[in-house]
Amino acid sequence: MIKQLRFIRTAAVLTVLGMAGCRNGDYIVPPVVTPVDTPVAHQKYKGFYLLNEGNMGSNKCTLDFFDFTTGVYKKNIYAEVNPNVVKELGDVGNDIKIYGSKLYAVINVSNKVEVLDAATARRIQQIDLQNCRYLAFANGKAYISSYAGPVVIDPRSPLGIVAEVDTATLQITRKVEVGYQPEEMAVIGNKLYVANSGGYRPPDYDSTISVIDLTTFKEIKKIHVDINLHRLKADSDGDLYVTSRGDYYSRPSALYVVDTKTDAVKNRFAVAASNLCIAGDTAYLYGSEYSYNTASWKINYAMVNVKTETLLSGNFITDGTERNIKMPYGIMVDPETKDIYVTDARDYVSPGTLYCFDKTGKKRWSVITGDIPAHFVFLPAKQ
Amino acid sequence: MRIPLLRSTLYAVLAGCPIVSVIAQQPSDSTRTKDLREVAVIAPRGGKEIAPGQQLKGAELQRLNAQSVADALRFFSGIQIKDYGGIGGLKTVDVRSMGTNHTGVFYDGIELGNAQNGVVDLGRFSLDNMEEITLYNGQKSSIFQPAKDYGSSGSIYLSTLKPRFAQGEKRHLRGTFKTGSFGLVNPSILWQEKISNRVAASFSGEWTNANGRYKFRYRKTDAHNPAAGYDTTAVRKNGDINAFRLEGSLHGVMDRGEWSSKIYFYDSERGLPGFMANNLFKHVDRQWDRNFFVQSSWRKDISPRYSLMLNGKYAYDYTHYLAPDTAYYTENCYYQQEVYLSAANQFTVTKWWNVGLSGDFQWNKLNADLKNFSYPQRFTTLVALATSVNFQRFSAQASLLNTNMNEQVKRNAASPFRQELTPAVFVSWQPFNKIPVTWRSFYKRIFRMPTFNDLYYTDIGNSNLKPEFTTQYNTGLTWNHTFHGKVLQEIGMETDVYYNEVTDKIVAVPGASQFRWTMMNLGFVKIKGIDVKARAAWQVLEELQVTTRATYTYQEARDYTDKSDSFYGHQIPYIPWHSGSLIIGGLYKAWDVNYSFVYTGERYNAKANIPENYALPWYTSDVSLAYARTVNKTRFRLTAQVNNLLNQYYDVVINYPMPGRNFKFILSVNI
Repeated sequence: MIKQLRFIRTAAVLTVLGMAGCRNGDYIVPPVVTPVDTPVAHQKYKGFYLLNEGNMGSNKCTLDFFDFTTGVYKKNIYAEVNPNVVKELGDVGNDIKIYGSKLYAVINVSNKVEVLDAATARRIQQIDLQNCRYLAFANGKAYISSYAGPVVIDPRSPLGIVAEVDTATLQITRKVEVGYQPEEMAVIGNKLYVANSGGYRPPDYDSTISVIDLTTFKEIKKIHVDINLHRLKADSDGDLYVTSRGDYYSRPSALYVVDTKTDAVKNRFAVAASNLCIAGDTAYLYGSEYSYNTASWKINYAMVNVKTETLLSGNFITDGTERNIKMPYGIMVDPETKDIYVTDARDYVSPGTLYCFDKTGKKRWSVITGDIPAHFVFLPAKQ
Repeated sequence: MRIPLLRSTLYAVLAGCPIVSVIAQQPSDSTRTKDLREVAVIAPRGGKEIAPGQQLKGAELQRLNAQSVADALRFFSGIQIKDYGGIGGLKTVDVRSMGTNHTGVFYDGIELGNAQNGVVDLGRFSLDNMEEITLYNGQKSSIFQPAKDYGSSGSIYLSTLKPRFAQGEKRHLRGTFKTGSFGLVNPSILWQEKISNRVAASFSGEWTNANGRYKFRYRKTDAHNPAAGYDTTAVRKNGDINAFRLEGSLHGVMDRGEWSSKIYFYDSERGLPGFMANNLFKHVDRQWDRNFFVQSSWRKDISPRYSLMLNGKYAYDYTHYLAPDTAYYTENCYYQQEVYLSAANQFTVTKWWNVGLSGDFQWNKLNADLKNFSYPQRFTTLVALATSVNFQRFSAQASLLNTNMNEQVKRNAASPFRQELTPAVFVSWQPFNKIPVTWRSFYKRIFRMPTFNDLYYTDIGNSNLKPEFTTQYNTGLTWNHTFHGKVLQEIGMETDVYYNEVTDKIVAVPGASQFRWTMMNLGFVKIKGIDVKARAAWQVLEELQVTTRATYTYQEARDYTDKSDSFYGHQIPYIPWHSGSLIIGGLYKAWDVNYSFVYTGERYNAKANIPENYALPWYTSDVSLAYARTVNKTRFRLTAQVNNLLNQYYDVVINYPMPGRNFKFILSVNI
């Protein structure tokens, strides 16, 4: 009997010890370093950052860096550089830009713009702004679009805003109401152009560009374009290339050209455009158009000559690699080398792929990125 | 006397009125009706179960002092609980890695449906009036059951307490009060009344209120520089809950048969505490639920060779969801209805051969105030033909289920007509008469229909979806032995190895943007696993009884969907390779002590098995001590419990932190 008791006691003690036994700590995940290319001689840029959105709720927004001088790709650098930031970079990165010596990353669901030292990615501070979306800069100011306007009578449809931030103090100085769910912006002259989507209000999408006078910081007019606007890029002639996402049912996605001298639409391309990058005289674009009617999507790649405003024939990927790209999500063209970078977000919940193509459209290299690789920014060589 | 009492009971139960006061005025009278026949359960005829399920019941279940059915299910092998944390948090069960939608949950014999999203929140089912919980892999291997019971990859049967009266007893009354961490206030009452010698009634009511607050901690350190890192503790907010449950039932016996009727009502409001991310530690979403159902069951051995069982149910479910975020204000209501009718027949051909034939009909309807909503209705007809042979040491069962499904919508496209034929075979054999070892095996192929959300959710659903299939192969051994007059009184072991495939798995895939998804039949998963269960009962001292129960599960569940994916062949999310549990319970005089331990090994929280998605193992120890005493025929029981004794902070689902050490006190009074 006593023997049995002793056995039980020993077993109990052992079990408790086993259970109390140390659980290894949760460690900061170090970057994955992959040499992908030989060092590239580059006049203007030292490299580029790639912001991975991370699927909503996963808190897996991450930052990658490609160094031209070494040809090395570093995946997930933020947490190692900034180990003390609670729960790392945050949830759903939405835009990234460099202005002066600072890098700004919009983290949409974390309701903040993360401000880093551009050269080191070391955190300076954050700017809190609910449901922030995109960035633009001019005259020492940052402009941040946000879905979250003040609560009005109908809480279902608050207008969006653009917040003005002083890049020296990193404080919000002014705010202006724009259209519904504002997205990308561009500054031309003394005017800020804001693409309004109305994406929270289907089927009552917004269809306008808000024009903001930067001196008074007031909306001076709206330019009617098409429903559900998203991208808005300026070319060197003062034209805006604006994309409409369509309604995912019968109204297709399209690309518009807005003349900022007249503030009127002057051209429309019947081409699905999800994202574009203008380098020199060419706009490189892709469309991943989903239709709920057929429960399928069509993916297309195209180029537009922004001088002649004509759709060029052919695809900028020429070696057939596009067949491996499940979901194109980010695009950037190096203005100096004309190398084309395209990201594949694949299924949105697992690591994506970054492809680098030369100017003839042949794949130079590819590398695994974070989840939903999306937004690029070049790091200038000299600051 | 008897009839008015029956009537008033019925009215009281149906109206859900406060019965306590009615009863309090009636002094208990145990001297009446001494010679009446006891209301008892008459077991259905037919063969024994070929593959007995895993079971927790009676005292063993009570000793766990678990808050909900989900907490008790953690002690079963081969399953994973997806727990979003806290008292009001969603808790679902994934049996053998096939996905939560493949688990059928039956409440007193009839399946709890949720055509909208296929999820039954087991956190909402209290253990307060639960008699037993049984988990069957494949299906309950009986042939005298409704066709629906053949229709899931794994089934959980929840059986509420049935009134059982000893000689001379007429009434049981039990009041329970639970309180503790999370601001929990949880009173409940159970009242059982013997109405006649053939009919008994039962009423159970419960109120759960908690602010749901608890501390959680996120901590990371730099492996190379221990000084760097973060360590933050915060309070989980917006996890409050206020819920009422009212349940009434009648149980009757007749010659060679029995019947029961049940009415169930649940009403709740809760905050949805949401995921925790950088700079985002609070959410404001709220949800209101109202669930109502009535169900009846009737069973009789009509002739020596023929038995009949009828079941019927009507259910109404209402969900109101509100996300009053200034930027994205969402408010939606969903209304679901279900009608279910079933007839099961059993023919006894010879002493050892039975044949069963069941036919079920089910109607589901979902209304919602979403824009461009489809308003779907589903008409399901199930017919199951089954046969079993039973000999002394060998039994076998085969069944074939035919399912026909028709859907109608008011808008958009309806899912096309589907017809599926799915088989199952169960075999059990005890090779040696003298050795109590039984070999059992099964094969089953079954599917789950896409849910209404999968098919029709505005801007997400895809009405072209096909059913998602599972194929299961299982083989195992059981060994049970009883010793007389020894310290070790009883020992039992079960081991199963299995291989499952999930094909045409319904997965969310990117739609137009990261905020718009759609559903596709894309996934293909292969699962290999081992389940081990062991239990023993010990009589250590004359008055010290000890029971032990342990489970261990090994699972390899790999994604073989697309060779071009970097995660091809990786373990699917949230499935640990190793998991297990241990319960040690002791009973000494009036004292009752219980220790329980749950272990979930390392796993990944996303498809790619990379360091960014790695999740640490977690393990919790719960200890409870209870003292029972009877004073003047009134039995008091006081329990104190510490959960997560070692205060481990962990996430079951990424960014949904679980509570650390927490306490509970329970007082129950039986009259």
